[in-house]
This record gives sequence, structure tokens and C-alpha cells, in this order.
Amino acid sequence: MNSETFEPVRQELGKEVDAGLSTIEKTVLSDYKYGFITDIEADEAPKGLNEGTVRFISSKKNEPEWMLEWRLKAFRQWQKMNGHEPKWANLKFPPIDYQDIKYYSAPKQKIKANSLDEVDPELRKTFEKLGISLNEQKRLTGVAVDAVIDSISIGTSFKEQLSELGIIFCSISEAIREHPELIKKYLSTVVPPTDNYFAALNAAVFSDGSFCYIPKGVRCPMELSTYFRINAENTGQFERTLIIAEEGSYVSYLEGCTAPMRDENQLHAAVVELIAMEDAEIKYSTVQNWYPGDKNGLGGIYNFVTKRGICAGNRSKISWTQVETGSAITWKYPSVILKGDYSTGEFYSVAVTNNYQQADTGTKMLHIGKHTKSRIVSKGISAGHSNNSYRGLVHVNRQAENARNYSQCDSLLLGDKCGAHTFPYIEVKNASAVVEHEATTSKIGEDQIFYCNQRGINTETAVALIINGFAREVMNQLPMEFAVEAQKLLAISLEGSVG
Amino acid sequence: MNAVEYYKDQLEQRVLNDSGSGSGLISLRKKAILDFTRWGIPTMKNEEWKYTRITPLLDKLPELPKNGDKQIPFTVQDFQKRQLPGHELANELVFVNGLFNSDLSKLISKEIQVLPIDKMQENGMQEILENHFDHSSKYLQDGIHALNTAFLKDGIFIRVGEDLKVKKPIYIYHITDARASNILSQPRSLVLLEKNAGLQIVETFLALGQPQNLSTESFSNHVIEIVLEKDASLEYYKIQNDELTNGQVSSCHIRQLGKSLVHTVVISLEGGMIRNNLNVVMESERCEAHLYGLYFQHGKTHIDNHTIVDNRKPGCFSNELYKGVLAGESTGVFNGKIFVRQEAQKTNAYQSNKNILLSGKASVNSKPQLEIFADDVKCSHGCTVGQLDDEAFFYLESRGIPKTKARALLVGAFASDIIEHIRISPIREWVEKLLAKRLEIENR
Amino acid sequence: MLKIHDLQAGIEGRKILRGIDLEIKPGEVHAIMGPNGSGKSTLASVLAGKKDYEVISGTVSFLGKDLLELSPEARAGEGLFLAFQYPVEIPGLSTTIFMKTAVNEVRKYRGQEPLDAVAFLKMMREKMALMNIEQSLLSRSLNEGFSGGEKKRNEIFQMAMLEPRLAILDETDSGLDIDAIRIVSNGVNKIRNKNNSVLVVTHYQRLLDYIVPDFVHVLYNGRIVKSGTKELAFELEERGYDFIKNDQPLEQGA
Repeated sequence: MNSETFEPVRQELGKEVDAGLSTIEKTVLSDYKYGFITDIEADEAPKGLNEGTVRFISSKKNEPEWMLEWRLKAFRQWQKMNGHEPKWANLKFPPIDYQDIKYYSAPKQKIKANSLDEVDPELRKTFEKLGISLNEQKRLTGVAVDAVIDSISIGTSFKEQLSELGIIFCSISEAIREHPELIKKYLSTVVPPTDNYFAALNAAVFSDGSFCYIPKGVRCPMELSTYFRINAENTGQFERTLIIAEEGSYVSYLEGCTAPMRDENQLHAAVVELIAMEDAEIKYSTVQNWYPGDKNGLGGIYNFVTKRGICAGNRSKISWTQVETGSAITWKYPSVILKGDYSTGEFYSVAVTNNYQQADTGTKMLHIGKHTKSRIVSKGISAGHSNNSYRGLVHVNRQAENARNYSQCDSLLLGDKCGAHTFPYIEVKNASAVVEHEATTSKIGEDQIFYCNQRGINTETAVALIINGFAREVMNQLPMEFAVEAQKLLAISLEGSVG
Repeated sequence: MNAVEYYKDQLEQRVLNDSGSGSGLISLRKKAILDFTRWGIPTMKNEEWKYTRITPLLDKLPELPKNGDKQIPFTVQDFQKRQLPGHELANELVFVNGLFNSDLSKLISKEIQVLPIDKMQENGMQEILENHFDHSSKYLQDGIHALNTAFLKDGIFIRVGEDLKVKKPIYIYHITDARASNILSQPRSLVLLEKNAGLQIVETFLALGQPQNLSTESFSNHVIEIVLEKDASLEYYKIQNDELTNGQVSSCHIRQLGKSLVHTVVISLEGGMIRNNLNVVMESERCEAHLYGLYFQHGKTHIDNHTIVDNRKPGCFSNELYKGVLAGESTGVFNGKIFVRQEAQKTNAYQSNKNILLSGKASVNSKPQLEIFADDVKCSHGCTVGQLDDEAFFYLESRGIPKTKARALLVGAFASDIIEHIRISPIREWVEKLLAKRLEIENR
Repeated sequence: MLKIHDLQAGIEGRKILRGIDLEIKPGEVHAIMGPNGSGKSTLASVLAGKKDYEVISGTVSFLGKDLLELSPEARAGEGLFLAFQYPVEIPGLSTTIFMKTAVNEVRKYRGQEPLDAVAFLKMMREKMALMNIEQSLLSRSLNEGFSGGEKKRNEIFQMAMLEPRLAILDETDSGLDIDAIRIVSNGVNKIRNKNNSVLVVTHYQRLLDYIVPDFVHVLYNGRIVKSGTKELAFELEERGYDFIKNDQPLEQGA
């Protein structure tokens, strides 16, 4: 046998064994390790939300008048909806006092850094602690990073290299100032402020986020990444991301999030909009690890996020991959509007809930164009006293000839105090559609654990192996840098829930 | 006048008139009137009614049958024309406009005891009434169910005593005679199978309107509750082959109080607007239930099947298979819920919903749901929407079978694995004939 | 190496092993034969430490240690390997990753440094060649969708990887055709040496044509009722288990 035969194995080992297994061992003793607080002086808006707050944020960002008007309109919309948070999700939480939240907090930095090397050392240390060493990142992994702390983008790496290709990758505040024509054309075309309560709130008060524009025919040579961090107390984070992939372009985008451990619940209400033109492809991956609260359910992030993409052009493709391990509450349904003929939507999700976490997450695939395809793979893992729900819609329009959907939703329960729920909605109005949905619920078998034990593997490691196997189909969708991180997270999140 | 006010006034008056009999029932009905006025007629905003609209039908204010009035035009001859195959060897219970009609009914099995619900109390059955009547309202919390309870008139209680296995089935006919006016009929029954008892029930629905005047409409809002004690076994069949002018909500609520066996088949072939609720509540260890359904709609008809299997105790088994064929401009809805409670370890629960769309204007909405709170369980659900298998088509055509015929054969084959679960031969053969006839029509 | 003394064990309150005595020395191959329900698989499971089984009395020492005190993974670490009669499936977990974990966990138990990817691959390559196993089998999910023969070959491959001191083969021949039995037996024979021992649990004699035992024991009704050399296996093949059964007085409640 020659060594070539072993290439696949080596790749597999490189990706999963060396990274995955050793880290599982390492993390056996760790809790939420991103829970530290950075002592950074911040420029903040007072608590509460009114028209003044919206004006304050807009002026802090030096926004043009049309943007302020847009925000105020959204704010009025939100006022109209006030008290009408969506109630249909399988989630229980006390009413949120929107007047007890700070809507703007910016780390005080005298001037905006021109490059990441100029970033405030305290901030840089924060990101280094998170394993996102901005400098190192630049040198080693070739991932362009936009780092957002509380409400503000603190800097974007690789900007120059990207701009040579015509790619715009910057904070959305900068885009509003520098590329108003693109913002005016695309902002809120996929998620209008009227879409839902949290989308309206976000449109009124969003303070930053990432913007990304890939010109026609350009294949973005590196992963683009935004790292979100909530730091300040009593602060909500409302970021807004907009990605536009012009005809025939390609981009892979990564998003990571963490927050300090605090006893209060903090609100995160983001909006992400993706637009894929003809033959364009956007791959959007998230590893969501906001602080989930402590073992008794105290504290943690309320994560209410609206993510939606439109396959506007023919043969375009949008793929969402998410690993959701954090947050006290997750309310999130990354969706795809399949408008172009032959367009494809994908949703791959692993959602882990432990202790008192609640997740209600899934997707919507709206088939409008002809020959559109969608694929949904959802893996839910529940432990402790948590509740984990998959909620998904597959809708096939009357005109959507030859639409195809395949959905697979699997749940794994660890213990008998948690819940796993599956709420798929399948709406088909075209006779040529083929829609298949399958769901299973199971537990880790005693015989599987004994089999591993007999091979010398202890129970904790055995459980981690089995869970990673359960989630593998989704993990395989993640870019390598994230897959490693995600595997670690699975092990940490489920710590102590077995045995 | 809106439907809620309209019915509320009449119901209050009726409760007042009936207040002499059975105080327990009166307070239940009063509470139901309150619930009805509070909840109103369910609209599409109600998650459980997301795809089914009944408000336009009830806004036409079909009349409640008059109190104690049995002088309806429906005659013995009318009935004889509509008896189901095999009736010679069956017990027959007949409701006309929701009121039990003892003249048309016949009991040939001595094991069966039948009694009006409002006579249960005076016959020493207070306890049964309290324990079992209207348990369904815990699961069907909406105005339409409350409306049935609030109306409660001439409902019947059917009891099969310990160790009695009834050999001959009960056919229950629900006749809605709307030849004179638009009628709202609301039949209600409660069935108790005591320890080790066995019973087969067939329910069917027939609406009469003036053939020349299709605008005369009717609505039936039916509730049957069935309770099984230990080792009891139930076969429940519902055959819906009704007029297009009839709208109906039909609820069957089954409780398994001991280790027992439930087998249900719901066949919906015709009817203007049908909403079926079928609940199976497993309140004991090692209960077993098999649920089958077939819906074959055409024209502008609408069918909605809601099912709940609630596993509350360990070691239960359930298997559910619902199949749908949607032609014309019809719409089909399937909403199947499986609950597995914390205590219900070692549950095995399976559910499958398969749909075929035969026309470009038909649509289907399917919502299979799992809600699991126990870890040591095996549960799965599956749902498909698609067309007849191209390869099978080609295979049949290559054997010289013309396309239309091939289609009929394939749809027939698709339906047959539901129909074969009807264990009363005359009924099964009848349904097969109805289906064959329908396939001919669809393929013309 | 292995000393079993008066071992009595059962499951769910039912006694299955009624006093087993057995000693296996380094380099020996023992076969345990017996009719269905005699307790063969129970013995294998009890030795590997399966939780469902309850040891009622008796002692088992393995390389001088009290085996019954050890957790299943520690028994594996000490060098006890059980080739399962029905290997379980673990969806999504490839055999390669599974083995890397197992090998390094066992090495850790023995105080050895973990193998890095390169060393592990080298070792795997050797053992694969030895066992005649294709690459594709190892990158598939563990046992998922494997044929009966593939599962058993995978068990023997894992045995080769973990280099146990004592391998227990629980009905490894069941459900295999003669070619598959030959492949599996060849694998076992290739890794036999004077330091390690094999305990073959089987219903039929045919496996023993390939893995030739030094001793054969007949298990019946939870006891070893007859011991001998490989000729005993032939006798059983010829006469069936009835002659053993007929020799035994019927026990009350058995």
C-alpha cells in the first residue's frame, strides 16, 4: 500500500483527532471560560429608549440625515409594536424592561485605529484571551477579522489586501458613511424593520456590525470573520450585518460571540441580511457562545436574532451553518428566500442546551423560483433542565415548479429533566414538489458507552465522542478553524451532564 | 349578529330551561358557555387552527335544533336508504341533528348498555360522569369544543362491562337533516370499556340538504369520548363520505387508563370542510395504540387531521400512519403531536404522514410535532410530499396499462395500506368500492 | 494470567453462572463451548465488566489484580479485550477516530506517551495489512451499516491495535461464512504469542479448526462440566450437547 492511500485519513486526523480529542481532555475541568470582564473605559448612552436615544446613537456615529430618518421610522414602528414581542416560541422568560437597558456603549478610544496594530492594548488583550489574537490571526490563519466589542467595531484586519480585489469589508457604520449608495440600495431589503419586534428594535438602535461587498466574479480568497463581544454591564448589543455577493462571486463568512458572566440577563438583538445575485454563493457560519447563565439559570444572554438571506439570482446559493451552545435564550431562524430559479438554500445546525438554557431555533426555506432546492440538517442536544426546540418552515409556492426539500432533525436527550421538541411546518402548494422531513429522538445507548469502555475509553470521553459523531454532519460544514472551536464547545457545554 | 352572541344567548336560555336535571352537568355547561364566549370561534390566529377556517361557516348562523324536538322530517325510509353495509349484523345508534334518536336505533348485543348522559346521575353513575365526561376539554381548549359541551342535549353513554367482548360492532350514524334550514348539529357521546372489555365502533356522518338548493348548508360539531380500563381493546373507525354542503368538526378523545389496546382508522373521502381531532392519552404503563388515516380530497374541499398521542407512563407504544391524496383545488392539513412526558421512559412512538398532490392547484400543510421530556425513548416522525413514483408509472405503462389506469392503480395501492386496517369486512369492502369509484372519477 | 474461582453471577435477579473455576496461563488458548443459554456470553460480559450483570460470589484475578474491582475501561487498560458478539454502531464516529482515542487512553493508563498522528497512522497501516482491512472500512462510521463479516473483522482489527494480554472472542464465528471465519481466525493467529492468551467462546467446533485450542471446556447450566483438549470439541461435534446434558442431574428450578 502506498502512502497516498492514507491521505484521507491524515486529513481526517488533522481535522478531527488531533484537534478534537486532545481538547476534550483539556476542557474536562473548565467552565465558561470567556466570562471575564475587561476593564475598559466606555462611552455610554444613559439607560432607556426614546427618540433621543436614537438621535444620540445616530449622531455618535456621524450618520447622514437619511439614516437618522430611517432609524426614527423604525423606532416609531417599534413603539407601535411595543408590548407585542413574538409569543409563539417555546420559550419562557420574564418581561424585558426595555427602559432598563443601555443602548450604546463604546470602548473609549481616542481615534479609530487605522490598523489592528494600533488598537488599544487593553482591547487587544481581551481578544487574545478569547483566542482571537488579532496579530497572530493575521499572520497564521489568513482570516480577516472585524472585532466588535459592545456596540463598536474596533478594527478590521486585511482591509487593504481585500480592497485590491474590490472587496469591501468594514464596519457597517463606516459603510454608511463611505458607501451610502450600497447601503441605501440594500439595507433592510431582506429584513425590513416591520418584519418583527426585534427587527424593528434593531433598526432603531443598531450601533455597529459588519458590512461586506463582494464584486462581480470575485472569489473572496480568505474567510471573513466578525467576532462579537458584549463587555459593558446593563448593555444590550444590537449589531447589524449586511453581506452582498454580486454575480458569480463567493464568500465564506464566520461569526463568533462571547460575553462576560453576569447575574443579569443581557439582550442581544441582531439582524443579518444576505443577498446573493446570480451564480453567487454565500456561506455563513456561526459559533454562538454567549454566556448561557449559571447552573441555576441565573444570568445569561437573551439572544433574539433575525437572520435571513435571499437567493436573488438564478443558481445562487446560501448556506447557513450554526453551532449554538450559548445564551440563556436563543430565538433564531436563519432563513433563505429562494427567489432565483435553480437556487439552493442550506441550513446546518447543532444546538446544545444545558442547565436552564432554552433554545427555539430552526429555519425557513421559502421556495419561490423554479427548480429550487433546500436542505435542512438540525441536531439538537438537551441536557440538565433545558429545553431545546427545532422550529422550521418549508414553504413551496404555487409557482415553484420542481422544488425539492430534504429535512433531517435529530434530538439527543441527556437525562430526564430536559425537553426536546420538534415543530416542523411543511406547506406545499405545487404538485411537482418533493418534500421530505424526518425526525428522530434518542439517547446515548448504555451499550455504546460500554463498548467504548471496553476499549479503554472512559465514560466522559465516550459521551463526547458519541455526541461529536451525532453532530458530525453539521460540524463537517464548518471551516476548519471553527470546527475545532466548535468541538471544544460541545464538550464544555455538556460538562457534568452525564454520569 | 355575530356567531358568539347568537349562540351564547340561546345556550344560556337552554341551560336555564334544563336546570332541573343533573346539577353537575348544568355547572359544566355553564362553564362551557363562559369558555365559549371567552375564546369565541377559533380563527386562523389560533395555532391549532392555522390552516383551517370555520368562522365563515358558523357566521351563517346554522340553527341549533329545538329543545326536545324530535319531530324532524327524517324518516325510517330516509334512514334505510343510508344504512351502512353489514348493518344487519350490527348495533345501530342514530343521532339526528345531534340528538339521539332511539326509534331509529337498535341494540342487538346484550353486552352493551346505552343511557342518555343526562340520566347518568340518577342511575348512580355520578362517579363515571365526574371522572370521564369532558376530559377532552383539557386537550381541546377552544370555543368550538366548548360550544358542544355547552349545548349538551340528548347525548348518550355507552358502557361495556367487565370481561364482555362485544362480537357485533356498533354503527353510530350522525345525520344532519338540513332540508328545512341550515342546521348546527352537535352530537355527544361517552363510551366506557371496563376491564377486559372489547368493542368495535364505526362512526359515519350524513348530511341532507335540498338537492336543488345547494346553498342550504349545515355544520356538525361532534365529540366522542372513549375510556378504556385495563386489558380493554377498542377498534374505532370513522368514515366520512358526506355532502359538500356540510362542514364539520369531529373530535374523538380516547383515554387508556390501564394497559390496553387502541386501533383507529379514519377515512375521509368526501365532505365540504372537515376538521378531525383524534387524541389518545396513555395514562397507564404499556399501552398500545395504532392510528391510521386516509384522506382523499378533490374539488374545493378541505381536510384537517389533528392528532395527539400523549405518552404519560412508561413503556407505551404508538404507531401512526396518515396518508393523503389531494386532487382538484383541495387542501389537506396534517398536524400530529407526540408528547412523551418525563415519567414515560421506554416509550416507542412513531409517526408518519405521506401526501401525494395530484393537481397543480391542490396544496398540503403538514406539521408533525414531537415534544419529548424523557430520555430513554425511541421516537420518530416523518413527513413526505410528492408525486406518484415515476418508475412505477413506467413499469405499469410498459406492461401495456394506459396512463390513467396506471394512476388509479398506483393511488389505490398508496391508499390500500390504510384501508387494509379496517377489520370489519363489509365496511372495508364498502370503502374499497367508494375509493375505486372515486379513482374512476378522478381519472375521467 | 487469569484465575477464576467459584464465580457466580446473574442478571436481573436470575442466577446464570453457578460457580465457574478456570485458569488461563500466558500463551494458552482456551475454548469454552456449550449449548445456547449455558452462560457462555454471560461469562464474557462479566469478565469485561458489563454493568447489567451482578457478581454474586467468587473471585477473578487478572495479572495479579482483582479484576472485579476494576472499571471496564481499567480492565481494558490492564490488557483485557472482548470481541463482542454484537458490536454496537455509533453513527458519525469513524473507526479511525475511535481507535485513536482508545489506543491513547489505554497508553495513558499504562503510563505511556500518547501516539501522535504519524505514529498512530503507521501502526494502523501495519495492523490493517495484517488483518486484510481496507481503508474505506475505517473511515466509515463505527460499525454502522457494516455486514456481519465486516463487524467481526473490525473487532479483530481493534484487538490487534490494542495489543491485549487476554482476548475473549465471544461467538466471533456466529453469522459468518467459512471464508469470513478463515480471515478472522488468521487475524487472531497472527497476533498470538507466548505472552498473550485467547479465550474463545463458541457454540460450534468449526472455529476451533482455525484457532486451535490447548484446552476445551464445556459450559452447561452455569458450570464447567467437562474439560479436555481439542479432542473434546470433536466429540461434541459428533455427539451433540445432549450427551453432556444427559450426564447432568436436573437442578431444581433450573
